[in-house]
Amino acid sequence: MLGFWKGVWLLNGIGYIEWIVGGLVLIGVVFSFLSAVGLIRFPDVYTRAHAVSKSANLGVLCILLGTFLYFLIEDGYFSIRLLLGIFFVFLTSPVVAHLLNRAAYRSGVAMAEDSVRDDLKEYLERDERV
Amino acid sequence: MFQIFLSGCLFFLLLSILAALYRVVKGPSMPDRVMALDNIGVNLLAGIAILSIFLRTYAFFDIILLIGILSFVGTIAFARFLERGVVIERNRIH
Repeated sequence: MLGFWKGVWLLNGIGYIEWIVGGLVLIGVVFSFLSAVGLIRFPDVYTRAHAVSKSANLGVLCILLGTFLYFLIEDGYFSIRLLLGIFFVFLTSPVVAHLLNRAAYRSGVAMAEDSVRDDLKEYLERDERV
Repeated sequence: MFQIFLSGCLFFLLLSILAALYRVVKGPSMPDRVMALDNIGVNLLAGIAILSIFLRTYAFFDIILLIGILSFVGTIAFARFLERGVVIERNRIH
């Protein structure tokens, strides 16, 4: 059984590094493509922000991690710049999504017609009265 | 074989960038467009990472970091402009 999987691994000269990195890159590309589908299909700006800010950034994290592992294992090159890029994307993507949603709500972009709850509206009106 | 796989991944990233570009052109409101532009920046970062595996070069890592920072700063500036009408506030004390 082990010999079979070793044969699969070594097929066409593909080593195990390529399988790991290819898996990470494939996960990342699938997430990124699904978030693009969500960006087209969802009805209003808040649901689109949900699609974009979660899955696209997770996909990018997977792809950058795959690149980091590829150069670490294949060449023994520890890239601190790539690690900083991963950390920076991980840190800034929720901030960007939150600020854009806040700007959209404050500038009066309407929600979709079939959305059922708007808690922030009551809160803001109470804040106006006080 | 691995190179063909990476080329296919780059093609799907191109498709998602085109989808975001459609949202930039059509998007009914302004935050939609800014969000799609931010998504284009993030997808471009992923494409450059895949391209640096494809070419086996270290030269693009600086560009990954730089596009990440510039996309973040640009989106923050757009969000402040959409919310308040100005990017940099003056006279905060008054």
